[in-house]
Amino acid sequence: MEDDVVIKVENVYKDFILPHQRAGTVKGVFTSMFSKATRKNETLHALKDISFEIKKGEFFGIVGRNGSGKSTLLKILAGIYQPTKGKISTYGKLVPFIELGVGFNPELSGRDNVYLNGAVLGFSKKEVGAMYEDIVSFAELSRFMDQKLKNYSSGMQVRLAFSMAVRANADILLIDEVLAVGDANFQRKCFKYFKTLKRNKKTVVFVSHDMSAVREYCDRAMLIEDNMAIEIGPTDKIAQKYLRLFMEDNVSENDKDQAKDRWGDQAISVDNVEAQVADNLINIKVKVKCNKDFQRPIVGFRIRDAAGLEVTGSNTKQEKLVLPDLTKGKIITVNWQLPNILSDGEYDVDIALQYPDEVTVADWWDGATKLVIKKNRRLPYSIDPGFKVVVD
Amino acid sequence: MRRYRYSLILLRELVRTDFKIRYQNSFLGYVWSLLRPLLLFVILYLVFTKFLKVGDNVPHYPVYLLLGLLFWNFFVEVTSGSVTAIVGKGDLIRKINFPKYIIILSSLCSGLINLSLTSVVIVIFMIVGHVPVSWQALLLIPLVLELIVIALTMAFFLSTAFVRFRDVSYIWEVTIQAAFYATPILYPLSRIPHSFAKFLILNPFAQVIQDSRYVLITHSTETISTIYGGDRWIWAIPIGLTCVLAVITSTYFRRRSKSFAEEV
Repeated sequence: MEDDVVIKVENVYKDFILPHQRAGTVKGVFTSMFSKATRKNETLHALKDISFEIKKGEFFGIVGRNGSGKSTLLKILAGIYQPTKGKISTYGKLVPFIELGVGFNPELSGRDNVYLNGAVLGFSKKEVGAMYEDIVSFAELSRFMDQKLKNYSSGMQVRLAFSMAVRANADILLIDEVLAVGDANFQRKCFKYFKTLKRNKKTVVFVSHDMSAVREYCDRAMLIEDNMAIEIGPTDKIAQKYLRLFMEDNVSENDKDQAKDRWGDQAISVDNVEAQVADNLINIKVKVKCNKDFQRPIVGFRIRDAAGLEVTGSNTKQEKLVLPDLTKGKIITVNWQLPNILSDGEYDVDIALQYPDEVTVADWWDGATKLVIKKNRRLPYSIDPGFKVVVD
Repeated sequence: MRRYRYSLILLRELVRTDFKIRYQNSFLGYVWSLLRPLLLFVILYLVFTKFLKVGDNVPHYPVYLLLGLLFWNFFVEVTSGSVTAIVGKGDLIRKINFPKYIIILSSLCSGLINLSLTSVVIVIFMIVGHVPVSWQALLLIPLVLELIVIALTMAFFLSTAFVRFRDVSYIWEVTIQAAFYATPILYPLSRIPHSFAKFLILNPFAQVIQDSRYVLITHSTETISTIYGGDRWIWAIPIGLTCVLAVITSTYFRRRSKSFAEEV
């Protein structure tokens, strides 16, 4: 085996036995011995035949939907769970962050919790003592260290936990997405920390739903779906594939219950929507049908990326355009034109027809049509306005 | 080496935390863990010497009783504390990987700290009561070691069984009450029928207590060797029993500890 492989996972399987009626008491054992109905156990295959290798200094992403087995895999890597079958080898000191502030006790003071969490991370009392001031000032909690943790706000707790976590001295870090919770300020700190990890050539396994974070930091990624490793490869490809999983789902969902994605009193309704994409122009053509006499309608649209993030949008009121009153049976067409500054991918277009108050909805249609952008260049961001690079 | 360093760091911090949690918000704090066995001692002493006159023919009966009570107190503290220990640390077990025996060792440490502090009281009693001390007192070291092994054996078994069967805590509560009277803590073994005494002394815990009293306090203590007429080999039974059970329960603990994270 090459020297630089630090995590090696070979054909790992993990099953969980889920008793339908858990025999948690001695009486339970006796009664379930005699009644067949309660003895059935269900086996949950949480991971099936997972194999991969991670090299030293690599930032490796694990993506997949809820319940696909990502967290189980992370716990197996951390040694918390034992694999049912297969082999895991890790080389070097490994620190898992399944959660921030592991071991925190609400009944203890902030100071005591620093020492406790420090021990969990493998620091002796002396070592924690040496960096105590730094930890406290980084968390900006100097005034509160003698108070009990239960009197901290959740933001303060996270700050304290995070300022402990960044001290962790490990060769391999396992980071669950929980690290990326919190307000914008905190997330910025997190991402700064990730950059530091990258710079210091730490090996990181990162589980996340946030494709932009995965694209930005991970060198390689693995997609887990239905408890199997579907693909391992370059981050971009994996992220795209992951997003496509949701698209497939959305299509089938749309067919099932369109009503959920479309509502309103239908006084006027969207008859037809077309999105045309040219190299530098996007044209969204909305045909509005009037079912009842209607005064000063508002027509709006919105573009969402594959992850559901709203990219842009507007409505006629915003653009200070007053549409004429409509009589029953009349059809008008509204064309929205915008420069094509989107980057490659598929986008959803939502259309909204509203009363002049901009609140009451006549017809709201999420995902009325799709927009496919293909410029044959990949950016990890939604907006690709085209760039000019000038070197002086 | 690194593995043990981590275990040691974690163990220290767990014991410290345990301490702080247990005695916060109480006025006398730590003093209670010393006061509790001593108050119990005062009650039992009054009942058994002034009213029942059980210890009349035992020299230095107060020290004799106190030693038994403190050993018993240690045993109860470690075992009863361990029953829920693994489940109680479920939060930690589910989030990091560490040797699970640390949890049991932290209960043991709390017990040992109390035992060593309360034994200061024994020393005071021995000085006040003019109990002669001989070199034989050094035999107390292996005896305390045996006591620790007995407590650990039970602790490993109870904590592991409790993960699956929550009845264990209730069963143990009753068992420990019965065991208190089945062990010669309050009464000298000479006060009960010889055939019965022969049986009771085979209990490793009874053997440890009696032998400790013999080497430290008075040679009139009935030990396993005096009851069986000086047969030295008879020691093999309680000690062998301790060793076998220790191996079985620690193996049981080690095997099952791998799936603690999924079950707690």
